[in-house]
Amino acid sequence: MLSETLISLFLLIGGAFALIGSIGLARLPDLFTRLHGPTKATTLGVGGILIASVLHFSGQEHALSLHELLITLFLFATAPVSAYLIARSALHLRGPDGPKDES
Amino acid sequence: MLTTAITVAFFCIAAALTLNFWRLFAGPTLPDRILALDTMAINTIALLILLGIHQNLTEYFEAALLIAMMGFIGTVALCKYLLRGDIIE
Repeated sequence: MLSETLISLFLLIGGAFALIGSIGLARLPDLFTRLHGPTKATTLGVGGILIASVLHFSGQEHALSLHELLITLFLFATAPVSAYLIARSALHLRGPDGPKDES
Repeated sequence: MLTTAITVAFFCIAAALTLNFWRLFAGPTLPDRILALDTMAINTIALLILLGIHQNLTEYFEAALLIAMMGFIGTVALCKYLLRGDIIE
């Protein structure tokens, strides 16, 4: 009963964070702010759903189920790299004549 | 309770995928579209894991891992193409 409550909590947290990340992707004004939503919030949301999956299958099979940790590790390692590459290609496309920072 | 939570999470991920799809169409620049594709791959992983919990099957993890790898490789290849005009130098 307790584990079911915990799994439901992690599922709801994960789904909410994934949705928040995608709302950020749709609503924020330009690319460099839009990068924040998917790379942080959505990755955390998928992490929450994967934790719920670990709990669920560990309770089902009475043994620790660690396949999900592999996916979590891979996602958490690759999300910053792809965000860096997307930001660099956006800077490259904008060129040296783009708008400068105010600071 | 678990069934309700899974349904709510399914709806959240589906709404997230719809928003990503809208950004994929509307995104004014090419990096926006690459970012939308990357986010769609991540949300698809969440959808597959949810389906695994719903149907009580562990076979979906391999598919999720493959989608994670292919999504990352696709993002890197598209960004390299935008940066260099070539993928394999």
